[in-house]
Amino acid sequence: MINVFTQHWQELLLGFGNTLLCSVIALFFSLIIGSTFAIFEVLPYKVLHIIGRVYIEVFRNIPLLVIGMFFYVVVPQFFVTLDGFTAGTIGLTLYTSSFIAETVRAGIQAVDDGQMEGARANGLTFMQAMWHIILPQAFRYVIPPLGNQFINLVKNSSVLAFVAGFDLMYQGDAIASTTFDTFNTYIVVGILYLIITLPLSYYMRYLEKKLA
Amino acid sequence: MRRWKSILVLCGMLLLTLSLGACSNEKSAQQNALKRSQESNTLTWGVKADTRLFGLMDIKSGTIKGFDIDMGKEVTKRVLGKKGHAKFVQVTSKTRIPLLKNGNIDAIIATMTITPDREKIVDFSNVYFAAGQSLLVKKDSDIKNVRDLNKDGMTVLAVKGSTSAVNVKKYAPKAKVLELEDYAQAFTALKSGQGDAMTTDNGILFGIAAENPGYHVVGGAFTNEPYGIAVDKGQTQLKNKIDQAIADMRRDGTYQRLLQKWFGNVAGFDLKEASQQ
Repeated sequence: MINVFTQHWQELLLGFGNTLLCSVIALFFSLIIGSTFAIFEVLPYKVLHIIGRVYIEVFRNIPLLVIGMFFYVVVPQFFVTLDGFTAGTIGLTLYTSSFIAETVRAGIQAVDDGQMEGARANGLTFMQAMWHIILPQAFRYVIPPLGNQFINLVKNSSVLAFVAGFDLMYQGDAIASTTFDTFNTYIVVGILYLIITLPLSYYMRYLEKKLA
Repeated sequence: MRRWKSILVLCGMLLLTLSLGACSNEKSAQQNALKRSQESNTLTWGVKADTRLFGLMDIKSGTIKGFDIDMGKEVTKRVLGKKGHAKFVQVTSKTRIPLLKNGNIDAIIATMTITPDREKIVDFSNVYFAAGQSLLVKKDSDIKNVRDLNKDGMTVLAVKGSTSAVNVKKYAPKAKVLELEDYAQAFTALKSGQGDAMTTDNGILFGIAAENPGYHVVGGAFTNEPYGIAVDKGQTQLKNKIDQAIADMRRDGTYQRLLQKWFGNVAGFDLKEASQQ
């Protein structure tokens, strides 16, 4: 097991870096996109509501692998060539954002109606009330499920392996198939994933306690 | 106190993974595969299901068909007797050795090149097909041979766990190599413009080119890729039986008949070269 690491640390480090980079990018954008569609869903405009619904239902109910392959092999045939890393990260972002949208929407709806009414009565516009009053409370409610989504996101980034995105799983596959030491390679890869997900998991727990 | 607890939990998890590592793959390997298959009257083969001419899933009948499959059936009959039953399990280049090692399959006949590295892990039969690595490109491509690929900015598509991925890095070190899951995916990626050429053994590439008129095989074979049947390390009895079966098939013409059946109509394919021993 140590051998796998000492002999292939360069590939593994590259894969680790790519997984981390992909996760950070996807986390950032999926949070923004997800929150936007969550707000769409609670707005009183029917058109936006429908757009939000369609977006969420489409990306939530298609397997991530299919979305990733779509951006890797279908989009380049008609529009622009995306390399594996970009295609996988876009797929991961869209997929995760639909789950985040559902989570955040639940949070917004969990905030008491009186909060919005009170804010509006004090002269805030709808968006101001949303930004300053509702969303801060909504996010506090949904930290535990959001943490789950973030951890899932890191693990789901292994979809990059299937579109040649040079992530941790891709490098693991490559090492396993050249050394034939399948077992130890995947254990090392698993531990490297834990190095990303465990601190994330503990941080979300800490945040939950701090904000509760 | 709480911090200690979490550290303890971490250590526990680490220990668990380590102990998993320690008790790894010693399991089924030491049983005698020949005896086991004779008792059940079944030889379980790992075969490709995505490779035209060698092993391709026929959607209509739900069975896998190809040269490797016919070879497997024929060898089974000669190893286990006329009533011997051949069972086929789908593998990919990536999964075939792990599946053989953990006892899910008795032997691999899946376009597998005999290499010194692999011989340390598994035992190979004699050569049953002499392939060579080649390139598949779009018909209007400038690439004529593997030297044309050795430039910055060139991207080659290969398949994970195959010798071709390793070889092409040697022959065209400047090109970027993308490894995909299987031949179908690698070819789809080529069609989508994710790479300039796809590389693997010529037999497989001819199969793809036959189905896709816009593509052709160029550059000839730039390596020797002798295919062998693999059994787990130490299964010498089974290996000897398989060698015997292949030799018999070559002698009585069955081998040539199968080769003719699958490759006789493939344009540009050299039957003589492929049947070299």
